[in-house]
Amino acid sequence: MTATTTTTEVATDVAHVAEKAGMPQLDFSTFPNQIFWLVVTLLVIYFVLSRIALPRIASVLAMRAGTITNDLAAAAELKNKALASEKAYQDALVQARNEANKIVADAKADMQKDLNKEIAKADADIAARAVESEKSIGEIRAGAADAITQVAKDTAKELIAALGGSADARAITAAVTARLKG
Amino acid sequence: MAGQAEAHGEGSGLVFHPLDQFKITRLFGEGPIEWYTPTNVTLWMALAALAIVVVFVFGSRGRALVPSRIQSLGEVAYSFIYKMVEDVTGHDGVKYFPWIMTLFLFILFANMLGLLPMSFTPTSHIAVTAVLGFGVFFFVTLLGLFKHGFHFLGLFWMSDAPLILRPVIAIIEVISYFVRPVSHSIRLAGNIMAGHAVIKVFAGFAAIALISPVSIVAITAIYGLEVLVAFIQAYVFTILTCVYLKDALHPGH
Repeated sequence: MTATTTTTEVATDVAHVAEKAGMPQLDFSTFPNQIFWLVVTLLVIYFVLSRIALPRIASVLAMRAGTITNDLAAAAELKNKALASEKAYQDALVQARNEANKIVADAKADMQKDLNKEIAKADADIAARAVESEKSIGEIRAGAADAITQVAKDTAKELIAALGGSADARAITAAVTARLKG
Repeated sequence: MAGQAEAHGEGSGLVFHPLDQFKITRLFGEGPIEWYTPTNVTLWMALAALAIVVVFVFGSRGRALVPSRIQSLGEVAYSFIYKMVEDVTGHDGVKYFPWIMTLFLFILFANMLGLLPMSFTPTSHIAVTAVLGFGVFFFVTLLGLFKHGFHFLGLFWMSDAPLILRPVIAIIEVISYFVRPVSHSIRLAGNIMAGHAVIKVFAGFAAIALISPVSIVAITAIYGLEVLVAFIQAYVFTILTCVYLKDALHPGH
């Protein structure tokens, strides 16, 4: 009886001292309690995570990755389309410019041709008129020379008659002609 | 109970009880703490589990393509640990990912909730971290032996070291292998306990008017540090678990 009391007293004393001075971490009497609740908690967390949370998050992440990949592919496709239409636009622009240049060149060439034709025609006209003028000048000049000869003969005849001579018409003509030549 | 009474009963003088916060108490009534008794351990572990459920189950409820903040948090944690497991253990370690995620989240949430004033931190107890540490140790050791049999012992035999050194290295490797669970669990409990005790000590100094401003600034600074430690210790525990798992899956160096 006394022995039991002593043991109990010592035990409580030791426990009291441990409680007062020691770390609660080294109070082995609480270990089964902690370990039990730890195992329960870990199992609960594990089942919640592995059954519900992790598959759900994995599926959301996969879905998002898929969506992003699809969106990127669509964006790339749209970009290609935009590039293609821009190229088509540029091509059309270049073509239109070329056509416009061609039209301008054609028009210029046509105008040049017409101009050349007109100039040639005008030149020919001018040449024809010049020939005509030359001819009429020649005629006029010839007419003038004849008239001078005639006047010189007449004048010579009159002079001779006035001086009292009579002259042979042939001789006068020959003399005037000789004189005009000289 | 006696300790609590003493703590509250202090009338004069500077009395520190930095370790009182680690006491395990019954939630209801009086009596001894049996293995099934609901205690503050139960409460704070349950709160950690509840917080995990809130973030990871209710947070991801919407399955939104553009996530809400809380869903984003869950996704970041998922990607972070998944990538860690895949990077460290390789592709065949991925099937242990839910267990590693469980460890990480339990430690992280227990640490973080433990930083609330008046709370209790289960991870400051060596009993808890030792179960985690030795649990990982026995799991990876049995997994290694089961998967590779005798070849698993090649982990201790450095075939690229000079032959004469190999037995020496093997002894060192064996010792370091068996120290792993001890360091693994004491690192976590020690860090968390030390931080909480230091905050408590500074809180005791805050009772003295002359140095209370310094003390409060120090508490604030250490509290910030402890938030970091709470995360880093969860991270370290998890990545070491991955490393040990890698050794079990691929014992060749």
